[in-house]
Amino acid sequence: MLRFIIRRIIMLIPVLFGLTVMMFIIARLLPGDPVALAAGPNATHEEIAALAAEFGMDQPMIVQYWTYASGLLQGDFGVSIFTRRPVLTDILTYLPATLELVFAAMALSIALGIPLGLMTAVYRNRWPDYLARVLALASISMPRFFLGLLLQLCFAMWLMTFPLGGRFPIIYEYPPFVTGFLTLDALIAGDLESFWLACRHLALPAIAMSLSPLATIMRMMRASTIEVLQHDYVTTARAVGLSQRRIVFKYVAKNAVSATLTVIGLYFGWLLGGTVLVETVFDWPGLGLYATQAIVAQDFMPVIGVALVIGLLFVLSNLVIDVLYGVINPKVRYA
Amino acid sequence: MSNPLLKIRNLHLSMHSFDGKAHVLNGINLEVKRNEIWGLVGETGCGKSLTGLSVSGLVSSPPAEYHGGEILFDGEDLLGCHEQRLLALRGNKIGMIFQDPTTNLNPVFTIGTQLVDVALAAGASDPQVLGLTVGASGRARRRAARALAGDMLDKVGIPNARARLDDYPHQFSGGMRQRVLIAMALIGRPDLLIADEPTTALDVSVQAQILDLLRQMVDEFRMGVILITHNLGVVAQTCSHVAVMYAGNVVESGPVRRVLEQPAHPYTRALMRAIPTRDVKRGALFGLAGSVPNLLSPPTGCRFAPRCALASPACHSALPADREVAPDHKVACVHVSAMKETSYA
Ligand SMILES: Nc1ncnc2c1ncn2[C@@H]1O[C@H](COP(=O)(O)OP(=O)(O)OP(=O)(O)O)[C@@H](O)[C@H]1O
Ligand SMILES: [Mg+2]
Repeated sequence: MLRFIIRRIIMLIPVLFGLTVMMFIIARLLPGDPVALAAGPNATHEEIAALAAEFGMDQPMIVQYWTYASGLLQGDFGVSIFTRRPVLTDILTYLPATLELVFAAMALSIALGIPLGLMTAVYRNRWPDYLARVLALASISMPRFFLGLLLQLCFAMWLMTFPLGGRFPIIYEYPPFVTGFLTLDALIAGDLESFWLACRHLALPAIAMSLSPLATIMRMMRASTIEVLQHDYVTTARAVGLSQRRIVFKYVAKNAVSATLTVIGLYFGWLLGGTVLVETVFDWPGLGLYATQAIVAQDFMPVIGVALVIGLLFVLSNLVIDVLYGVINPKVRYA
Repeated sequence: MSNPLLKIRNLHLSMHSFDGKAHVLNGINLEVKRNEIWGLVGETGCGKSLTGLSVSGLVSSPPAEYHGGEILFDGEDLLGCHEQRLLALRGNKIGMIFQDPTTNLNPVFTIGTQLVDVALAAGASDPQVLGLTVGASGRARRRAARALAGDMLDKVGIPNARARLDDYPHQFSGGMRQRVLIAMALIGRPDLLIADEPTTALDVSVQAQILDLLRQMVDEFRMGVILITHNLGVVAQTCSHVAVMYAGNVVESGPVRRVLEQPAHPYTRALMRAIPTRDVKRGALFGLAGSVPNLLSPPTGCRFAPRCALASPACHSALPADREVAPDHKVACVHVSAMKETSYA
């Protein structure tokens, strides 16, 4: 198992290398002059040239890449020419917010999607099944930002039960930093009031993000449950006197989940890369928002940095899924 | 003598499918007492498995539709039973074993987990299974269930049984897995065991061991058994009685020696003639023209008549009633007396 994990991590290196090269080339191909943009509208030619020299932007592209890549190896993601801060510092500031949002959305969709998938398979072609499938189809087809707006309208503006946006009330102080997840940090600090506040801010954006993975996980789970229910061992379990509930929620569920795991892993990466719209709608201070601002400013280093981090997390999440797959299914052996 | 353990009387079953409604069980009669091992033989598709599954209440309707007859288990009609009652009977009173040991164990749970759950379920219906009183705690029940699982595994001949409870099914050979399944079926001390081709998927030497084990278990637990098989050799070696099925009917039944030595139904005779020729594939019967009738529109009268050399107008008009040609030896054929004169050999 350990060897398998190490091998997968080593295989990551060329992937990430390719990613940097690609991002670098794309960034340079885009029209516009980022240095001029950063220097401001009133800057003279000399000032712009000086700024370009400061950031090494006057060098040939190969040299620029070389500087960047060798910096990367030492954990240096470059400097944003806009904020003038190291990209890594920025990323570490914004990443926890995004991760918290994605984890919350995934937790929600897994916690609901798996039992719903099981139920709809068991009540196949009866009304609970039809109802859940129609809702699933509707939520897959609805764009996330639109759903976010609807939720805001309904729960924040009319019912006023949830805040409109943001991560935490501005007038309050964040709980002491431990994990960067406000909910967890509040719990660790034993501050229930902050925990409750953080949860309420998290709720709407997490729901908006969770609906389409929820629907997909549910449909995947339904399909694999239907498949598993045909297996001989299900008949045997019935024949030796196990109750339907025990059979479905223990014996069938574990088999069906292992088929659903792959989808869960893919969705995790997909959500990570797709937080922009939801973060914008809910004013959520995460990586997506940060990356958008960088793109608008044609500030390349943060863009490449964010892409790298998301790529890394995507591959890591797939690795976790593969390991989990082996844990669930004892026949899978890693050589 | 009180009620027989199992009495199937005139059981009719139709299966609804895309093509229409197939009348697959056409008035089955079968009576099993404790300590009897009944062999249930017949060509593929004649309804052996459905008969067995019906006793366990495992045929879901739809697609199944029962229209007539009864299945009496210890005098209780199973067809009228609620699912809750059937759940209590399965495992505790009626056990089942199936054909393919590689697909009948859940691959992602240890066999210990699976056996313990079955033992707990059996214990919930009948606390005596675990050797505990009614109010025993959950912990005590789990411990007793695990001990029982180990004992059962030991009893069915798995070496080093207790340690192997933590192994997964794929760590066992086919024969060993069938032993595990037998342990699972017997852990609730059923009175009736239905074994649906338990040895078909195993190689010959393992087959003999499993049949030995089954016989041994019948002696120990005083069960009645229905052993479904294609193999008359298995019947001759293992069973005390045999019922021969053809297209949804039991055409001949009785003590195994009597039926195999003096078969009275033309179909049984054809089956017997098929045995010595080892190169004849199962199902392909020597000297028997035609094929199994289409059950979507079965022939009226005797379902074997279209293939029978002795068929007469009477055979085509009405289903022949059972005739007792010797004590307990019943034959559903109008020509029984005529055949008595012809020789078998
Ligand atoms: N779920 C089902 N839907 C429709 N028809 C079915 C179904 N299950 C069984 N049948 C039909 O019922 C008939 C009897 O099936 P059964 O499985 O009892 O045969 P069998 O005697 O056990 O055969 P085999 O020796 O091949 O196991 C067959 O003709 C089959 O096509
Ligand atoms: Mg069968």
